[in-house]
Amino acid sequence: MDDIRIGLAGNPNVGKTTLFNQLTGLHQHVGNWPGKTVEKAEGFLNFNKHRINIVDLPGNYALSAHSIEEVVSRDFIVDESSNLIINVIDANNLERNLYLTIQMMELGTNLIIVINMNKFAKKREYYININELTKLLGVPVVEIEASDGTGEEKLLELVEKAVNNPVDSSKKLVYGKELGEHLQDLQKFIEEDKSLLNVPSSWTAIKLLENDDIIIEKVKNSRFSAKIFKELEKLQKHLNDVFGESSEEIIANYRYAFIDGLIKETVQKPEIEKITLTDRIDNIVINRILGIPIFIAILWTIFQITFIVGTPIQNLINHGFRILGEYILIIFGKTWFSSLIVDGIIGGVGGVLTFLPIIFLMFLMISILEDSGYLARAAFVMDKIMHKLVGLHGKAFIPMILGFGCTVPGIMATRTMEHERDRLLTMLIIPFMSCSARLPVYAFFVAGFFTIYQGEIILSLYLIGIIVAIIVAFLLKKSLFKGMTSPFVMELPSYKLPSVKGVLMHTWEKGYAFIKRAGTIILAASVIIWILSSLPIGVEYGAQESITGQIGTFIAPIFAPLGFGNWQSAVSLIFGVVSKEIVVATYGTLFGVVESGSGITATLHGLFTPLSAYAFMVFVLLYVPCFASIATVKQETNSWKWPLMMVVITTLTAYTISFIIYQGGILLGFG
Amino acid sequence: MEEKKNKSIKSLNELKNGEKGTIVSFNDKGNNELKRHLLGMGFVKGSEITFEKTAPLGDPIKLKLKGYSICIRKNEAENIKVQLVI
Repeated sequence: MDDIRIGLAGNPNVGKTTLFNQLTGLHQHVGNWPGKTVEKAEGFLNFNKHRINIVDLPGNYALSAHSIEEVVSRDFIVDESSNLIINVIDANNLERNLYLTIQMMELGTNLIIVINMNKFAKKREYYININELTKLLGVPVVEIEASDGTGEEKLLELVEKAVNNPVDSSKKLVYGKELGEHLQDLQKFIEEDKSLLNVPSSWTAIKLLENDDIIIEKVKNSRFSAKIFKELEKLQKHLNDVFGESSEEIIANYRYAFIDGLIKETVQKPEIEKITLTDRIDNIVINRILGIPIFIAILWTIFQITFIVGTPIQNLINHGFRILGEYILIIFGKTWFSSLIVDGIIGGVGGVLTFLPIIFLMFLMISILEDSGYLARAAFVMDKIMHKLVGLHGKAFIPMILGFGCTVPGIMATRTMEHERDRLLTMLIIPFMSCSARLPVYAFFVAGFFTIYQGEIILSLYLIGIIVAIIVAFLLKKSLFKGMTSPFVMELPSYKLPSVKGVLMHTWEKGYAFIKRAGTIILAASVIIWILSSLPIGVEYGAQESITGQIGTFIAPIFAPLGFGNWQSAVSLIFGVVSKEIVVATYGTLFGVVESGSGITATLHGLFTPLSAYAFMVFVLLYVPCFASIATVKQETNSWKWPLMMVVITTLTAYTISFIIYQGGILLGFG
Repeated sequence: MEEKKNKSIKSLNELKNGEKGTIVSFNDKGNNELKRHLLGMGFVKGSEITFEKTAPLGDPIKLKLKGYSICIRKNEAENIKVQLVI
């Protein structure tokens, strides 16, 4: 028999991804929807000689044209050649979950409904009559526990059956006489145009009443558009007269009225709701007094674990690469080949790979926070600050804070944000959070130029980064992201114990993506930089005579107004794009002295004053993040537009701010 | 009687911790997207909503409706009118 293709649909936080992982195990592939920033997970399993391909659709509450995620799911259901949609529903939250179900039924989708977490619902004394629900909805309903695989076998049998005998799920859906009749009037006009009939005409009629932008556009192209819109207008006016509400509201009311009816027939609830564990935890965790201290304590723990566990491993990897480099020098001597390996590949890719432990650990902890349900609480607690300062959603806070550790996990953590524009804006300002790779640069220069207030100077750089992020976000909202509103509306899911399997899979997937990037984009970029630094043949690596050196010499005057118009600084900044901590190493190579020796400091004093050194540090703080970050943005947004935008914005910002600091400093007499 | 009823109609953001109300009207003030989203999340006429708490910094607010918890900002809640349930 042919392959079976099914989509997993459902609200966020209903255990949809858990079921997906449970079903497909390691047979999965995560990418993006074509041309979208929305993640697409696909996998397969074999059952009774069938290969069942499963696509995990984005978590949605509705199928409007409201968000890109909803459009993606809707397009999949409408257009793709799927045999079946499995709708995962949280037994504890039947009412709201069914709202999405109803919308899929409007489409006549071949559906199976999966009731998850029923064990927990029973504890709360919610009893769902599955047989009755099956009867009333006219589609198969099955009870499962995604976390432990209960009911999986039965589900797969139902899948096989449902694929062989597809059901038009719109049959049992009734919206009352009043609306039903009017819908039919409108449907008659729609049905005249065959090109509109790839979806049920009743669905098109409902979407028109909901003022759905995409469907309106589609109908506008119809030969009968004038007639359809005339009827629509008449209908909307009539409904408005009868109900005193907009047609969108009326449709939503009818959907919920239908659901109310279902619930009354099929669910038995306790008289008084039991206080759940989630309620009890929330009473403490988002408490007025304790909310913020708890949030800070959790953040502190993340950073402590990341650096206490991560740094020794990072040093170990670093050490390993150094030994490897020495061996290569011994074996191959000082040839171009050993230079390629040691300076180019180990220096570039190796340098980036040393951040792997930090990235893995940060991701491990973010996965735990997300799966446990705390991440939504963090957004709840921090939303006011984010909204007031940067005009962003509370969910942007954690990714930005992670940016202080490493920009890469910060950018990847924006995946927890629901709205694409929020996400993009957050990605663009994360590089201004001073990452841990920049610290060695500050330490190097502060030690060389400032004898007092060393700590305060480093702190001031972190603060400049934060302030600049706020200003840039503000400017971007006035320009590139004009008209962006970020409503907060967010569900607070029940707390759950994260599953070890889920968390590890999630972390591995992120970490592996990073390794892959290190092996491709970062490797390519490192080799290019190496070639430029080694040509023409015979020059010392990265010397002034090399192409990199010549480029540095050529562009150095651009930096003169910032106080560091020397070719060495320009070259170190070029290398800094590979990875920030190379900036320091570069000075070591360029001056041909042993790293961190007193020789460098003396030479440096010939190139920098304390003021220009400060301006240089600010530039390093704000300019182009490393290749790894750029490549991450490329992968997350699925286009070169946003990484390039990031390069332009960060460079312009760095130049402007360093200019102000240096020139301002001279005016104030610090020169 | 009529007057008494009007007195117990409030904006959703004006409720106090633990107070309950049923939605009577929803003025979108032109923000159609937000309204559409909230309708889908269950903010339909007649829905019973419990005001649970305010965030530590005074905004957003946490509500309970249709058996689940949701948070929205105060300015998003102020256009929703509810009839107090005692």
